[in-house]
Amino acid sequence: MNLLNVTIDGIKVQVPEGTSVLDAAKLANVDIPTLCYLKDINEIGACRMCLVDVGGRALQAACVYPCSEGLKVITNSPKIRDIRKATLELILSHHDRSCLTCIRNQNCELQALADKLNVRDIPFDGAPKGLPIDNISKSIVRDNNKCVLCRRCTSICNNIQTVGAINVMERGYETVVSTTDHRSIADVNCVNCGQCINVCPVGAIYEKDNTQAVWDAIKDPDKYVVIQTAPSVRAGIGEEFGYPIGTPVTGKMVGAIKKMGFDKVFDTDTAADLTIMEEGTELLTRIKTGGKLPLITSCSPGWIKFCEHEFPEFLDNLSTCKSPQQMFGALIKSYYAEKNNIDPSKIFVVAVMPCTAKKFESDREEMFNDVDVSITSRELARMIREAGIDFRSVEEAQFDNPLGEATGAGVIFGATGGVMEAALRTVYYILEGKRINEEALMPIRGTEGIKEATLKVAGMDVNVCAASGLGNARKVLNMVKNGEKNYHFIEIMACPGGCVNGGGQPIVPASIRNKIDIRAERAKALYSEDKRATYRNSDENPFIQKFYKEYAGEPGSHKAHELLHTHYQKREKHLKNK
Amino acid sequence: MKSLTELKAIKQKVTEVPDYKIVVGMATCGIAAGANPVFKELKRIADEKKLSNVDIQITGCIGICRLEPIVEVYTAKGERYTYVKVDAEKAQDIIQKHIIEGKPCTDYLICDDGEACIKNIQETKSFKKQIRIALRNCGNINPENIDEYIKNDGYFALGKVLTEMKPAEVIQLLLDSGLRGRGGAGFPTGLKWKFAAAAQNEQKYVCCNADEGDPGAFMDRSVLEGDPHSILEAMAIAGYAIGSDQGFIYVRAEYPVAVKRLNLAIKQAKEYGLLGNNIFGTDFSFDIELRLGAGAFVCGEETALMTSIEGKRGEPRPRPPFPANKGLFGKPTILNNVETFANIPVIINKGADWFNKIGTEKSKGTKVFAVGGKINNTGLIEIPMGMTLREVIYEIGGGIPNGKAFKAAQTGGPSGGCIPAEHLDVAIDYDNLIAIGSMMGSGGLIVMDEDNCMVDIAHFFLGFTVDESCGKCPPCRIGTHRMLEMLEKITAGKGEDKDIEKLERLAYSIKEAALCGLGQTAPNPVLSTLRYFKDEYKAHIYQKTCPAGVCKNLLSYNIDAEKCIGCGLCARNCPANAITGVVKSPYTIDKDKCIKCGVCMEKCKFGAIYKK
Amino acid sequence: MCQNCNLDENQKKLQEVFDKYKDTQGALIPVLHEAQEIYGYLPLSVQEAVADALEIPLSEVYGVVTFYTHFSLYPKGKYKIQICLGTACYVKGANNILEELKKQLGIDVGQSTKDGKFSLDACRCVGACGIAPVMMINDDVYGSLAVSDVADILKKY
Ligand SMILES: Cc1cc2nc3c(=O)[nH]c(=O)nc-3n(C[C@H](O)[C@H](O)[C@H](O)COP(=O)(O)O)c2cc1C
Ligand code: SF4
Ligand code: SF4
Ligand code: SF4
Ligand code: SF4
Ligand code: SF4
Ligand code: SF4
Ligand code: SF4
Ligand code: SF4
Ligand code: FES
Ligand code: FES
Ligand code: FES
Repeated sequence: MNLLNVTIDGIKVQVPEGTSVLDAAKLANVDIPTLCYLKDINEIGACRMCLVDVGGRALQAACVYPCSEGLKVITNSPKIRDIRKATLELILSHHDRSCLTCIRNQNCELQALADKLNVRDIPFDGAPKGLPIDNISKSIVRDNNKCVLCRRCTSICNNIQTVGAINVMERGYETVVSTTDHRSIADVNCVNCGQCINVCPVGAIYEKDNTQAVWDAIKDPDKYVVIQTAPSVRAGIGEEFGYPIGTPVTGKMVGAIKKMGFDKVFDTDTAADLTIMEEGTELLTRIKTGGKLPLITSCSPGWIKFCEHEFPEFLDNLSTCKSPQQMFGALIKSYYAEKNNIDPSKIFVVAVMPCTAKKFESDREEMFNDVDVSITSRELARMIREAGIDFRSVEEAQFDNPLGEATGAGVIFGATGGVMEAALRTVYYILEGKRINEEALMPIRGTEGIKEATLKVAGMDVNVCAASGLGNARKVLNMVKNGEKNYHFIEIMACPGGCVNGGGQPIVPASIRNKIDIRAERAKALYSEDKRATYRNSDENPFIQKFYKEYAGEPGSHKAHELLHTHYQKREKHLKNK
Repeated sequence: MKSLTELKAIKQKVTEVPDYKIVVGMATCGIAAGANPVFKELKRIADEKKLSNVDIQITGCIGICRLEPIVEVYTAKGERYTYVKVDAEKAQDIIQKHIIEGKPCTDYLICDDGEACIKNIQETKSFKKQIRIALRNCGNINPENIDEYIKNDGYFALGKVLTEMKPAEVIQLLLDSGLRGRGGAGFPTGLKWKFAAAAQNEQKYVCCNADEGDPGAFMDRSVLEGDPHSILEAMAIAGYAIGSDQGFIYVRAEYPVAVKRLNLAIKQAKEYGLLGNNIFGTDFSFDIELRLGAGAFVCGEETALMTSIEGKRGEPRPRPPFPANKGLFGKPTILNNVETFANIPVIINKGADWFNKIGTEKSKGTKVFAVGGKINNTGLIEIPMGMTLREVIYEIGGGIPNGKAFKAAQTGGPSGGCIPAEHLDVAIDYDNLIAIGSMMGSGGLIVMDEDNCMVDIAHFFLGFTVDESCGKCPPCRIGTHRMLEMLEKITAGKGEDKDIEKLERLAYSIKEAALCGLGQTAPNPVLSTLRYFKDEYKAHIYQKTCPAGVCKNLLSYNIDAEKCIGCGLCARNCPANAITGVVKSPYTIDKDKCIKCGVCMEKCKFGAIYKK
Repeated sequence: MCQNCNLDENQKKLQEVFDKYKDTQGALIPVLHEAQEIYGYLPLSVQEAVADALEIPLSEVYGVVTFYTHFSLYPKGKYKIQICLGTACYVKGANNILEELKKQLGIDVGQSTKDGKFSLDACRCVGACGIAPVMMINDDVYGSLAVSDVADILKKY
């Protein structure tokens, strides 16, 4: 490849053709402030914070300016500093500067920028937009008074997720990120994936906070409060407490939660194992009986809602299995309650999820309030801090039993391809009577958006596909629709990379996201746990075996269906109420 | 169209010359002034009187808005008569007296101010100073008839290019001519084409910028309405030069007449094989599609225009990549202004040397200006580059009405700046205007007199950019709004010490930081008025007065007791019931009630009401 | 004419528009232009139809509609008043005419009177600068306006 010689503030570096000045500056260890830029997601040169002097007539945005041979760049001069500062002052003059009570206090790119550029006074009059906060949705809150119009959220929602629930509306000073007709995000086709939240540099989009409901339940002596934590939470929450991205902190997390006053701390992975038993059986049945194929996984509520809005013709392809979160809730309020002689109405189930869509899911009519409150990894972290628990020094602990027993298969649910892999491990075993060679499953590992494999099982070629990110899901479904592809089993995760990158996970600032692939790092944490696990196949889970023996009979039984399965409905494509 | 010979045949086809050809200026301006009923009336009477030797036609605009509707009579002998301010009654007279009785209606003929009427427009002082290249056909041919265009050498340049020249030669000829873009920035047209020609791609595009958003500018509209084929011809030439087979014209939806005539012209050109496949029997093919704007000034900016054609919000994109490499739909694209294109066929026909002898060292040829505001001869003019502003305003424009004093002229519209009296002798070209803090722009030239407040004018232009900012980048989206607020404060009499410094810092930052030309030039009207009229700003801020008497919060209406005869007319008309008095003795205005609408001053026949 | 057959008629026309632009690159804006021609404005239901026909999110259509001032989300008045606020008109006092219009009609720019008779919009240069200040009511052009002319002109409608 052609290397270009460029000079950044006097430092010479060599970069491949097509490198932006921003990336070249990184090589030279020169820091250029940015706000709107997010690698591969939003490269539009809008915010003007990264202006540099490339020797031309006008200053240029480093994030989108391509290097050329011999280019000399000055990234910092009195003039550049003054102009960047004035631009930031302008942004702040139009911003609701209530940092103290802001969800992003201390984790805000705007705040950090104001500090970095030494803004100590805002010389311009002006006021925030004065728009109402939209907090009708079960999952997502939008506060346009904090929005800096960087457009990262609309880019991800439109270009990556291809949902297009939000877009840039109106013009000029009135420009806002909004929904059609400025409806509540609850009344449009938003799937609650929360990807917009993860990319927002400020506190303009965030999860609906349910922490108080959890505290209230804990405080209530009549309530038996059970908490379950999803696989991906342990791979992410450490970041909230200063651990490097990709550090699994299961023991610390359980230890911290145990100090908070819950009656039981369980592992959602157990329910994941249950999901595998049910879903694997469903797949086998459909293949054997000529049922509707491809079977498509149903554990991602972001994907489910997308399917309801955009691909109702695939609703019958969805696995009827509830998601692990909901299976877990159902289990606790039936089997567990029965076993332990607890009045189910007194049980309060809290789920900690990497996911904002799970809030919406737990509130769905189809789910009968089996899960009372679903909170995100971020909310859990906030509660831990609020409770005065020093996460880093807390003693590691283990999940309570019986619903704390899980397998490696349940853990990898959090990464794209994980559900598929877990299911195949068990299905293969059932059909072949031996364990699958892991090598055969490698094509469905990794952060790739669409992954395919063909496996020989019981003399049959089973075509599988794992898609993550709804744009990829759309591609796959369209190919299936056109007959271009013939799959037996498809795993779809709404979030790119799967739940490890869910909309409820700790927010990673652009400066880091631009450098490393957080999806891959967090997934590594899960696969390392899988490696270490005592059991690595859902069918080996002792609790699961006991559950079927004592209660449900066998996977796919009538009882199992009553408890663990459901159906979904077509939704209006665009707007809820016309 | 298979060959040049065929084209020549059309040109030379002898049509019977009628005794009289009557031509009505029917561009938007003419129609607005009432040309439609005049045209109908002429037709009606001609029919009624069964005049067979008369041909009644429409034409584009001649450029003298003040005198519209304009009707011209051409005789078989080659005489030309220009009738102005024609209405239905005059139309009857023209037919009766001039056509039937053979006696021109001298009273209705055009005249130079205060002088005896003359026969036709070409004899007027203001016309004689002009050179018409881009406007050569406007007001002379029927824009809805391709034959008339061909008779005036139309499509011969295209024929020549296709049959006798290589693409590189066409580009060289343009480079030699020195033609610079007329859309504002003055980028050398040949160079732009050269870049696009060099880009490697199967598909390239030629775009015509007919978005003409500058408020108060209507040069491009006149060309589109008066001579649409010249644009089609030039675009096809561009297509040949850069290797493109598809053109787009992006035209304002607010120009329905232009749209209609362009559509008609495209249809005719296709019928003649001047657009389509294998033009002039060569293997060159070219097609043109019309795209309508939808009311966004920023879509005149080249990348925004392309984004808009792509069906999106018309938001500019950062450059590089430049359109010549990655433009419309990601393909190499050139974009030129209407007037730029209008020059090209003539340059091809007459040669680069002919063209580059006109104008100044660095600015060749002519420039069309839409002259408006406080000037006698409002309208459209085309002058050689290098003419002084004084000549334009006093000789062509006929000076300032009502004996008022010239204060400033704004060129470049909301991106430009004002030129004060001290620079009246500047020779108009791209570089000179920039040197004095304005710019050529697309050709709007608005004259202001002593009654205009320059702070208010700056406020007006800024209000325009605030409305038209696309909102993509903060310097422009928020910055121009903050500037507007500061100007509002100042014109409201609430200006404070240091406001001027703040304005200047903000203006400077926006210019440097904005993403596109709109934001980068938005502060210009403020900066140039600050440069030349800082005293007016200071008067508003420190003395709390508006010297021109425009800013309402800073002035009051008063009745001069000496002059007032107590007729009560003002009181009866005051919408706020602010005036009281007893008949036959001086009236008074209650300042608390007065809403400063100015009606009383307009009504008073005795000049007793004044504002201060 | 009955309301419903009218609707169907419009829907048919809209479908024709979709067919016409089926293979056009960047069809959204031309389609919106023609849809507005048919309906007089762009209600959400029409925007939905456009989104479905072009297979783009409704929010994108809405984002485009709200970007361009030519597109209207609301029905216009029977008589559409457009006052020119171009430079030539402005320096000749068009803003005073606008104030008077607002006062007489009791509405702001971009609104319609309650009875749906008039709607008021500002525009930039209708190309009649020579007779500035100018306003248009539907296709009628009024030039060389003075504040005191406004009431009389409105009375004609
Ligand atoms: C905000 C803005 C508005 C513009 N509007 C127009 C316009 O209405 N017509 C035009 O020809 N050029 C306009 N331009 C200039 C164009 O971007 C472009 O430079 C021009 O069309 C190129 O053609 P030319 O080289 O023939 O001048 C505008 C530029 C900006 C920044
Ligand atoms: S978004 Fe950031 S800058 Fe704004 S209030 Fe919240 S923390 Fe402060
Ligand atoms: S940062 Fe400053 S404003 Fe905020 S709490 Fe601390 S002292 Fe107060
Ligand atoms: S939650 Fe997902 S679907 Fe909803 S607006 Fe955000 S990115 Fe779009
Ligand atoms: S909501 Fe957040 S991500 Fe979206 S544009 Fe506003 S600041 Fe950017
Ligand atoms: S992929 Fe995971 S985090 Fe994302 S919506 Fe689905 S379940 Fe939630
Ligand atoms: S300068 Fe103004 S018009 Fe141009 S991109 Fe920025 S906001 Fe849009
Ligand atoms: S300016 Fe208007 S409101 Fe004031 S006194 Fe005169 S007519 Fe009345
Ligand atoms: S109209 Fe003039 S003269 Fe008559 S009362 Fe008013 S101020 Fe006096
Ligand atoms: S313009 Fe480069 S980071 Fe926003
Ligand atoms: S006469 Fe046509 S522009 Fe005025
Ligand atoms: S500025 Fe009003 S018509 Fe041109």
